[in-house]
Amino acid sequence: MSLDKQDVQKIAHLARLALTEEDASEYQSSLSSVLELVEQMQSVDTEGVEPLSNPLEMTQRLRADEVTEENRRDAFLANAPSTEAGLFLVPKVID
Amino acid sequence: MLEQNISSLVQKLRNKEITSLELTQSYLDKISELNPSLNSYITVCSESALAAAKEADIAIAAGTAGPLAGIPIAHKDLFCTNGIKTTCASKMLSNFVPPYESTVTAKLEQAGAIMLGKTNMDEFAMGSSNENSHFGLVKNPWNTDLVPGGSSGGSAVAVAAGMAVATTGTDTGGSIRQPASFCGITGLKPTYGRVSRFGMIAYASSLDQAGPMARSAEDCAHLMNAIAGFDPQDSTSAEVETQDYLTNLDQPLTGLTIGLPKEYFGEGLEQGVADAIRQAVSEFEKLGAKIKDISLPNLKLSIPAYYVIAPSEASSNLSRFDGVRYGHRCDEPKDLIDMYTRSRAEGFSKEVQKRIMVGTYALSEGYYDAYYLKAQRIRRLIKQDFVNALNEVDVIMGPVAPTTAFAIGSKTDDPVAMYLEDIYTLSVNLAGIPAMSIPAGFSNKMPVGLQIMGDYFTEAKLLNIAHQFQQHTDWHLQTPNMDKGA
Repeated sequence: MSLDKQDVQKIAHLARLALTEEDASEYQSSLSSVLELVEQMQSVDTEGVEPLSNPLEMTQRLRADEVTEENRRDAFLANAPSTEAGLFLVPKVID
Repeated sequence: MLEQNISSLVQKLRNKEITSLELTQSYLDKISELNPSLNSYITVCSESALAAAKEADIAIAAGTAGPLAGIPIAHKDLFCTNGIKTTCASKMLSNFVPPYESTVTAKLEQAGAIMLGKTNMDEFAMGSSNENSHFGLVKNPWNTDLVPGGSSGGSAVAVAAGMAVATTGTDTGGSIRQPASFCGITGLKPTYGRVSRFGMIAYASSLDQAGPMARSAEDCAHLMNAIAGFDPQDSTSAEVETQDYLTNLDQPLTGLTIGLPKEYFGEGLEQGVADAIRQAVSEFEKLGAKIKDISLPNLKLSIPAYYVIAPSEASSNLSRFDGVRYGHRCDEPKDLIDMYTRSRAEGFSKEVQKRIMVGTYALSEGYYDAYYLKAQRIRRLIKQDFVNALNEVDVIMGPVAPTTAFAIGSKTDDPVAMYLEDIYTLSVNLAGIPAMSIPAGFSNKMPVGLQIMGDYFTEAKLLNIAHQFQQHTDWHLQTPNMDKGA
């Protein structure tokens, strides 16, 4: 499996990563070599083998629907790059 | 070299032969001396460590001290520490100060341990050499031209060079065991779900597991007593009873059956490593163990399966870094997409971006079945190999890595060569079983790690086996000569 530059730009967009032309060429070769490495999976017969997502095969544990966290707005806002009036600030989304 | 035997240090602290303040100061001095050359710490917490040491001395005098009171340790910089910068060795989080504490660090604090600081690592735990850190590479104290292994390289070096009594690490594909092997220390990756992941910055959630790194199995057992156990705050935490990991250390090994998988001794294994491992195995025979040849036929497939599953989960986990709530934000974003894409491109290194893209591709429409689901089916085959083998034998042994520590820069241009380094460790994470690395000799004057793999939730047994070996050998007591090394 080898990727062209357009594929790389498309993947980068899906992953929300800005790539320069130069980056795209570099990733084109490094991503292709990883995909080549993982290609050997395709020769294995896995007919009838169920996918394993959790090694202990545990199912998702649910908790009671109760409020357990206190309001710590200021503590959480302290790490944000930009805030105002207790809110996270982002670039304008709607004109 | 400062003393790194927890049982003996606890005794001396209780007998007032030393104070925690003196002990902590001596470790901080060692860090000041060696860290400029080895770069094993990202953050050193001198003030808070000395303050905690004074409190520990008071608690010891009052008889209210916890089991690890006054013992200076350090944490991998991906465990969130309340009010103390936690970077994951990334530019993305270079100013992140967590507003909460991880369960692992909280439990060790409750047990009385003193936190000396936060250790260096491969960014977001992605790497096998600790060359991929925003804060610079870490050097191996046995030979500073060589890598310490990764991703918990800083934690391994801190123990090996005597800059902490013990450390915490995390292991997603070998990140505790391989640096432990390269640096000549003891490390344990517990069963998936045995130690809480709450407050650990996630890499690949179905594989990540925290564990102890120390000089000896006995010291690892001390840490496991503090950190193991169910945590309601981690949705994948195992609701399985813990054991006292110290009580069974002295059990004799008579009748133990050790499996040697032929796939661990094949092509690519360095001769000196193979010799050291064979020698270690024969030591176990002297201790009464029986050896059986076994096979883990799907071992080779662990590399492709891992390099689909781990990047896929990483691409999902790392989508939280959006430049909004925490982490790096680019200058003057012109719109939301521009902010996301530039913040992430600037904040993540190339290796991290590459893994995110591999995962994004594997999960994208039309490719999910061929990559992610296929990898998960192979994951079951790999798990089944271990289940079958562990029906025949008590534990499995082999090398941790095909070579000893390699030269800095020697594999950075060939990512696939770096990935192949992980051949003996990845399958353990895919299966979710516990495994240790213990010092077992030298090859090319560099430490060799023996890997001991066991059945689910048999950490006490693994520690017992490792401890018995360490009672009859002194590989774990060998330390690098830092006078000429650094």
